Amino acid sequence: MLELKNIYKYYNPGTVNEMCLFKDFNLTVKDGEFLSVVGSNGSGKTSMLNIICGSISIESGNIILDGKDITNAKEFRRNEKIGRVYQNPALGTCPSMTILENMSLADNKGKKFGLGRGVNKQRIEYYRELLRPLNLGLEDKMHVKVGSLSGGQRQAMALLMSTMTPIEFLILDEHTAALDPKTAEIIMELTDKIVKEKKLTTIMVTHNLRYAVEYGNRLLMMHQGESVIDCAGEEKAAMNIDDILEKFNEISIECGN
Amino acid sequence: MDFFITIIEQGLIYGILALGVYITYKILDFPDLTTDGSFPLGAAVTAALITRGVNPYLTLPIAFVAGALAGVCTGLIHVKGRVRDLLSGIIMMTALWTINLRIAGTSNVPLFSKETIFKNNFLAGLFPDAMGSYSTLIVIVILALLTKVVLDFYMKSKSGFLLRAVGDNEKLVTALAKDQGNVKILGLAIANGLVALSGCIFCQEERVFEISMGTGAVVIGLASVIIGTSLFRNLTFMKATTSVVIGSVLYKACTAVAMKNFEPQDMKLITAVLFLIVLLISMERKKKVKINA
Repeated sequence: MLELKNIYKYYNPGTVNEMCLFKDFNLTVKDGEFLSVVGSNGSGKTSMLNIICGSISIESGNIILDGKDITNAKEFRRNEKIGRVYQNPALGTCPSMTILENMSLADNKGKKFGLGRGVNKQRIEYYRELLRPLNLGLEDKMHVKVGSLSGGQRQAMALLMSTMTPIEFLILDEHTAALDPKTAEIIMELTDKIVKEKKLTTIMVTHNLRYAVEYGNRLLMMHQGESVIDCAGEEKAAMNIDDILEKFNEISIECGN
Repeated sequence: MDFFITIIEQGLIYGILALGVYITYKILDFPDLTTDGSFPLGAAVTAALITRGVNPYLTLPIAFVAGALAGVCTGLIHVKGRVRDLLSGIIMMTALWTINLRIAGTSNVPLFSKETIFKNNFLAGLFPDAMGSYSTLIVIVILALLTKVVLDFYMKSKSGFLLRAVGDNEKLVTALAKDQGNVKILGLAIANGLVALSGCIFCQEERVFEISMGTGAVVIGLASVIIGTSLFRNLTFMKATTSVVIGSVLYKACTAVAMKNFEPQDMKLITAVLFLIVLLISMERKKKVKINA
């Protein structure tokens, strides 16, 4: 279970450009929840993910993961339990290393990076098995550098790599936004499959309202650092795109857009 | 013939330096000027040890450790102090000038009458007189080869994978629950350790420690790396480390040939001009704007 308690976040504090994003923001994500987050630009979606992962600091408040306060834990320490896929496919892989080397790196997460061989030959077949269901032909390109793959192929790898070792939390930061509609669809189906198979607690930020409606069992709409829609279970299942769009327009009119 | 042997000898010694520069420049994407200080650091440590009668072979690991410590300092300044990469190197390079003088005692330490890794009773017994003129070359080839093979082995290890990843994509290293700062410090330590090792061998080959011997070391290293990696770019079977060492020998050959027509004081100008030519030909500057910072 992940809890964000009384989060306060200011940008440029102490200057004329000071901007308050979160004012007493609270969120609880229960184990096994697949939370889709939508909202306009600047509503605080990505900032929320960055706060959870520790990429940005907060002014006050507590972040509690499985009962442990991780508010002051460093980003790389939090990543022991958190996997994250970014919008930019280049951020999830190493371009100058081969597919095999990338998979080996990810496979070793949580273990010691010592002087043992980087690639465990016995695991190669396992990596191939992981890559085969993607139907991207990656299993036959184990010695190809990831830098020469397409964005969709890299994102698929990034998703596999971030979920390869046992993690408790999966953070998806608009991970289909940079992909063409067809590839995005493939990546989204893969995401759903992995999340269900591994029973991962997931937070997915997306601008695609259809994905937000179709996938996940809880939906959150954010606006100016607050959640304006938060529904789960049957209520979420009954939601459709028009409901969300309506709320979106309501907010936009308030803002004068 | 002697001319060629000297080129290969010095080219291989600088090849070890180039391997260090390869780690910082190509793998970590870190323009590390510490090199200009850690190269004479290795030599200073060696000179101080040899004049005190320490076994010359022991100077090799000790010089490596000394250089690694210098690298750790640069890394700490950059990672923990959040000083930008270029400045961290400049700070350490400047500081090392004094440190090197303190270690060596004076700005010039001759080692002519001392035992070195190239001239000692053990080697004299090993090689018959006829091979005597090649013994230096043989020792250097063994050392360069050994360094390259060990580095290759390291690059294929888990730790080496992490090092390659940090220059490529820092975020991935963080995602693997590892502190990317520490990996960078480790990389700088290994790189400067190699540079100091090269300085250690160089000063024993030249039989003298000179405080200014490091000036331009980073340029020689960069030129070797860029010549090697761009010349053999299309030969995928060749390891980058091999290319870098060969690049160093080629660069040394170029400077040696150029020097034949000039005075010794023109050395640095030739080094610089040759480096510029290498850069212009390889078009490296287009991809690596960061080095201009």
